[in-house]
Amino acid sequence: MEELCRKDLMKLIQSTNFMVIEMALYLDTHPQDACAMGTYQEYRRQFKRAVALYEKKYAPLTFYGVEDENGWSWGNEPWPWQKECD
Amino acid sequence: MWKYMKMLEYPVNIKTTNARLAMAIMSQLGGPDGEKGAATRYLSQRYAMPDNRVVGVLTDIGTEELGHEEMVSTIITQLTKNLTMDEIEQSGFYQYYVDHTTGIWPQAASGVPFSTATLQSTGDPIADLHEDMAAEQKARLTYDNILRLCRDEPDVYDAIKFLRAREMVHYQRFGESLRMLQDQLDAKNFYAYNPAFDKKAPCI
Repeated sequence: MEELCRKDLMKLIQSTNFMVIEMALYLDTHPQDACAMGTYQEYRRQFKRAVALYEKKYAPLTFYGVEDENGWSWGNEPWPWQKECD
Repeated sequence: MWKYMKMLEYPVNIKTTNARLAMAIMSQLGGPDGEKGAATRYLSQRYAMPDNRVVGVLTDIGTEELGHEEMVSTIITQLTKNLTMDEIEQSGFYQYYVDHTTGIWPQAASGVPFSTATLQSTGDPIADLHEDMAAEQKARLTYDNILRLCRDEPDVYDAIKFLRAREMVHYQRFGESLRMLQDQLDAKNFYAYNPAFDKKAPCI
């Protein structure tokens, strides 16, 4: 994961985030499915790791993730509808 | 309580502007079966839902719909970026431009403003879940209609295809929610009473 460029790391965050959403919706109606729970845990682990790495290396993804040494950097980077961001 | 995450659920990167297509896709933001209506419907219905597992479904799908609002708004923004006056005057975007320039304002493709009159929160969980399943089908067919209009725009097609697939997953989850709720009711007559309001079936 550490070797990924910014674009690929964002892609990993988006794809693991999608899997967390998909598994959460499935588990909402299948709470006893142990196999699905395992899949959820695996993607959640990857997602959290990727977000922590992205926020440390590049920019905050939530305003809980602002790196102190950068000051208030929440608005420094493009927003998701501004093409440069993808 | 919600937290905002500064990214799209699925990437949108549209290279060519198309004001005509933006006018059509706008319906999935503020139209009768659009994402704003979906989010408002599910997040409002939660409070009368007696089964906490189904409250989870409404919360999580409603939250995902907020992300879809952002995706549709992004598609419209990118499709109308740097439009020339000629493009505006020659497309169906002309009327929208007068009031909103290239800003985002929720309306149907026909120009009808977004209205909660297109959705219900009845306080009756059985009625609400049927409405939710119908809503997902209506949103799915609207995306089908949009897909036919953007066959030659691969960037737009890709994002719309993703949104269409989500409607089908949501439909499945609402169907399961309805079954979970019905499992707790009188199988001989699911509709004998409102499980969120009546304490028991009224004597009829």
